[in-house]
Amino acid sequence: MTLLEVFKIILLILLIVCAIGVNLTKRLLPAIIIFMAYSTIMAVVWALLESPDLAVTEAAVGAGITSILFFLTLRRLGREALIDPADEQEENPEADSAQEGDS
Amino acid sequence: MRDRLRAWYNEELSGMEEFLNTEERPDATRVERKSAVRRWQEQLLANPEMQREIQIRQKRYHTLYRVVAVFSCILFIAVMLYVIAHFPRFGFENPRADVVARRYLDEGLKETGAVNIVAAMILDYRAFDTLGESFVLFTALVCATILLRMGTRDKEGTMCPVNTFNTSLDNILNGVGFFLIPCILVFGVYIVLNGHLSPGGGFSGGTILGSALIILSAACGFKTTDRIFTYKRLNILSFAALGFYSLSKGFVFFVGANGMHNPIPKGIPGAILSGGLILPLNIAVGLVVACTMYGFYSLFERGRIGHA
Amino acid sequence: MLSTLLHNYQEAVAIVLFAIGFATLLFQRNLIRKLIGMNNMDAGLFLFLTSLGYIDGRKAPILEGTKTVTDAYINPVPSGLVLTGIVVSVSVTAVMLALTVRLYKRYHTLDMDEIYAMTLKEREERF
Repeated sequence: MTLLEVFKIILLILLIVCAIGVNLTKRLLPAIIIFMAYSTIMAVVWALLESPDLAVTEAAVGAGITSILFFLTLRRLGREALIDPADEQEENPEADSAQEGDS
Repeated sequence: MRDRLRAWYNEELSGMEEFLNTEERPDATRVERKSAVRRWQEQLLANPEMQREIQIRQKRYHTLYRVVAVFSCILFIAVMLYVIAHFPRFGFENPRADVVARRYLDEGLKETGAVNIVAAMILDYRAFDTLGESFVLFTALVCATILLRMGTRDKEGTMCPVNTFNTSLDNILNGVGFFLIPCILVFGVYIVLNGHLSPGGGFSGGTILGSALIILSAACGFKTTDRIFTYKRLNILSFAALGFYSLSKGFVFFVGANGMHNPIPKGIPGAILSGGLILPLNIAVGLVVACTMYGFYSLFERGRIGHA
Repeated sequence: MLSTLLHNYQEAVAIVLFAIGFATLLFQRNLIRKLIGMNNMDAGLFLFLTSLGYIDGRKAPILEGTKTVTDAYINPVPSGLVLTGIVVSVSVTAVMLALTVRLYKRYHTLDMDEIYAMTLKEREERF
């Protein structure tokens, strides 16, 4: 087993970790950042798989444009969409009123 | 339990008939009758036993949904792992599946003149597929325009301001953009123009150009990009690129189908002006992709492209 | 059989990624998380296709010199297919996000179940 293969296995494990991690985050912003990391790792895996065309495209499209679109959507939805209802109950009422005042 | 529910249900059903009979008058309109039925429904829903029954059913549905979903996921993984276990081993050649690939690798350089076989494949052998995909991009831009521009005007017809945060005042963004944007633009143009010689091509280069435009509009504000990219110009550019693609590829298909001599020279492999139609088609695809990416950004950022 | 499965670990990982994306699509009620799950499914599928074209010890299909040696390059067909797939997936994602924005503007929630309940109520009120 060469060093490159070990590196590839680590990357593949990281891919699975990222894919599961999206579901475990409470807020949407970390989920999207994890998805961005997922796309970047995918680009490296494709460079290792000898398809540089795909690596260039995935690095520009997956990690760049798709994540930017997700971020912009979150900003358009406004602040209250970023907080999950389950998360909202845990916060104290002062923080809630402060957030309402901001938005 | 079930018998009790059924009896209760029959009782309620007769109750509904009674309800309708008492409510119904010969001159009652359709709307009145409907509202009577709705009032009856509300009465039924107010019954605590009924509410409990609805809750039980919802809970049962959710449990069933979860069980079926987990089961289908596990079944999918099991079946696919079984299939993979019978695949040819990873990293070895599969002679039965490689007939097409062999043909592309053997004859690709001679037939298309492009050194990058992937570019030769997507822009020469499978050019019709790529044309359809460019149209998918354009259609997606049109759909996003329709969806995001609706409702951004108020009654007088003026544009409502979408909550935008002015990033053009940020010194760091401005400074970094001043150095980065020319580099990214040059890199994007290089990738588009060298699509037939090196990895890359219209799709990746177009995306890089689009991200350069996005950084430009984020760093220097939309005033800068609005001077170049109005809604009309963006549409004309996309339309010209798609039209050029369709016409040139249609010409090649026509010539090839009728057995005539193809007048487009192949060039010397490895030179920048080679590969027949691949270089102009790469440029066309790059333009469409760059326009689409910038259009998506502008639409999601402020709900419009250009001034319109 | 098991040794082949161990050797084909990359395809197995691709399948697991696809299944995780599918599970995200089924279990998450938030629309944006559902979209991320859909993108995960896309990536898993692309990884699966690319793995099928890879051949050990060979290079990317960019010919060196004018003479061609077929046994020196990997299979270019999956690369071309996946290249088109990636760009289509980003346009699909953009349209879906635009639809999400419209849904949020109308119902002020991203929860799929709540949106469904509200549409049912709306349909009732229309009669």
